[in-house]
Amino acid sequence: MTAFSLDAVAAILLIPVIAAALLAALPNYRLAAGLNVAASLLTLLAAMSLFVTDRPLPGQYLLVDDLNIVFIVLNAFVGFTTSVFSASYIAHELDTRRLTASNLRFYHAMYQIMMFGMNLAFVSNNIGLMWVAVELATLTTVLMVGIYRTHAALEAAWKYFILGSVGIALALFGTILVYMAAQPVVGEGTNAMVWTVLIAHAAHFDPALLNVAFVFLLLGYGTKVGLAPLHAWLPDAHAEGPTPISAVLSGLLLNVALYAVLRFKMLLAASPEAIATGPLMITMGLTSLVFAAFMLYRRRDIKRLFAYSSIEHMGIIVFAFGMGGPLANFAGLLHMVMHSLTKSAIFFTVGHIAQIKGTQNITEIRGLTETHPALGWALVIGVVAIAGLPPSGIFMSEFLVVSSTFARHPFLAMPLVFGILLAFGALLLRLTGVAFGEPRGSAAPAKASYIPMYSHLALVFAAGIYLPPPLVTWFQHVANLLG
Amino acid sequence: MNGLTFDIAHLLAGGLVLVSFMMLYQDRLFALINVFALHAIVLALSVAWQAYIQDAHHLYVTAAIALIFKAIVIPVGLHRIIQRLGIHRDIETAVGIGPTMLAGIGLVTLSMVLMLRVTPDADPLAREDLAFALSIILLGLLVMVTRRNAVSQVVGFMSLENGLVLAATGAKGMPLVVEISVAFSILIAFIVIGVFLFRIRERFDSVDVGALDDYRGEHR
Repeated sequence: MTAFSLDAVAAILLIPVIAAALLAALPNYRLAAGLNVAASLLTLLAAMSLFVTDRPLPGQYLLVDDLNIVFIVLNAFVGFTTSVFSASYIAHELDTRRLTASNLRFYHAMYQIMMFGMNLAFVSNNIGLMWVAVELATLTTVLMVGIYRTHAALEAAWKYFILGSVGIALALFGTILVYMAAQPVVGEGTNAMVWTVLIAHAAHFDPALLNVAFVFLLLGYGTKVGLAPLHAWLPDAHAEGPTPISAVLSGLLLNVALYAVLRFKMLLAASPEAIATGPLMITMGLTSLVFAAFMLYRRRDIKRLFAYSSIEHMGIIVFAFGMGGPLANFAGLLHMVMHSLTKSAIFFTVGHIAQIKGTQNITEIRGLTETHPALGWALVIGVVAIAGLPPSGIFMSEFLVVSSTFARHPFLAMPLVFGILLAFGALLLRLTGVAFGEPRGSAAPAKASYIPMYSHLALVFAAGIYLPPPLVTWFQHVANLLG
Repeated sequence: MNGLTFDIAHLLAGGLVLVSFMMLYQDRLFALINVFALHAIVLALSVAWQAYIQDAHHLYVTAAIALIFKAIVIPVGLHRIIQRLGIHRDIETAVGIGPTMLAGIGLVTLSMVLMLRVTPDADPLAREDLAFALSIILLGLLVMVTRRNAVSQVVGFMSLENGLVLAATGAKGMPLVVEISVAFSILIAFIVIGVFLFRIRERFDSVDVGALDDYRGEHR
């Protein structure tokens, strides 16, 4: 049994690598898009099998535990649906000559390498390896953001690259400091970077060194989470890259960085004399939330609008994990899953809309429910969900965050509710024009893939109405782990 | 014996900080790249010395990578790029040299105060290395924010990575995995940057990031 589940871990790492090699060699783009979908589906199946098989014992490099399974399966699922969306999206890009066939070869290979990087970051038990994996995922997305080679795309990629590298450099310094703290206790060598070993001995680490390390790690990985004031790369990268990449950036890559922060938060929580990490995360989370909520009002580019909404939601999630405790952690986890599903569904819709209308400018996109009912209503449902209206899953998780905050720190609940309401207003304001105004722009029929977006939205609303008890128990268990 | 090995390590790490300072006031691209090559040489010496005193042979590899790749290959490559682009004129610094130097002094003070305070029990050599490494990282960041030219931002970033290598080698027995990964990331970073520089030039005939700035947020 153990050998089989080790195979499952190997599969989620090896399938993307092999697929990337094949895709790089495959000139036919239709075949490549199909292979991309197939590889993503296989990765998803391998990830799901982690639930049923016995887990391998944590080694020096790889680890599967209750926490990362949630992330891996979510990652593989959104990775799969995005590949389906991507197949119809790029066909249009090829028709309009925005991308060439050789661009697409590169794009598909990079997509799978990115999936490999993200999966590796999740299963790594070694903080050095985790850093390498996050770096790899970042570099591949940088290359994909710049793929259109337009003026704006190049600046976005450059900005993302510079800010991302600085963030990742600070994270490496933090990682080195953690090693320095661990080395006197655990001894020299690889063991002092193995997370399971670190957490077992964290109580004896030098707390001052751990504190400084966490500040660097929070700033470093926090840049990648898109926390204000380190978020400057995020809206540009979302707006200028291909939309499937916007979907995986918002839905997945931000989670990868968040996962890294959570691992180190657990490490500090295990050391009684280290600083409480909560206030730092609460501050950054609230700042991001309120800042992004204000920024939502003046956006004129539809992809930028939803990029700022991602900053807002990452703010809420980081806030929830910063609060800590079983209830807030549960809410944070649920919110993270719901946000990934909803935001990627919105980007799937927006991608097709922008292709039909030939613009991302909000004022030129009007009355979608009349001209393109299926897309228009998908956008309406998606925005209703992301704004946190019932009965969506986001309503439930936001409600849990707010109510647990009211119970423990009523004063913190005020800026939280203020930020959420502010963002709510901005999103609905924009939505009315885009979905219900006088139709404007091209009304050409859409060749869109509706299954990915509607399946995500169905999941989000199903979760808002009924969460299966096994899932609730699982999340509660993980929430307790997070402390 | 112990005093001398410590002094030499101290001298080399301190030298690295000094070279970082030299970068702050270079106003020519070629000069900046030459100073970066010097930075990499001092780093290579420092890493090699660490390899010797820690008796950690794998660190010689890191030193060799620093020497060959960062002190020779990259500077030569950058020289070529600059010549091909014809931008060997003055660097446009966003901030004057005086304030930049003062800011640099402030950052070094900050990192000394911070790192020496939190590591009273650590090995004295690792402790000093860490403080110097943080200074170099912060100075690298300062180079990046005070320059508007893409090439000098790249140089700033690479000097920042040098600081990370210093920290990693100072931490006794840190696994090789990490050093190689650092070297690798620099390699990848360089390729990426090279690609980008090429494309940026292709589009605008300029590697001045300021030339890209007219695309600001929402203007279309």
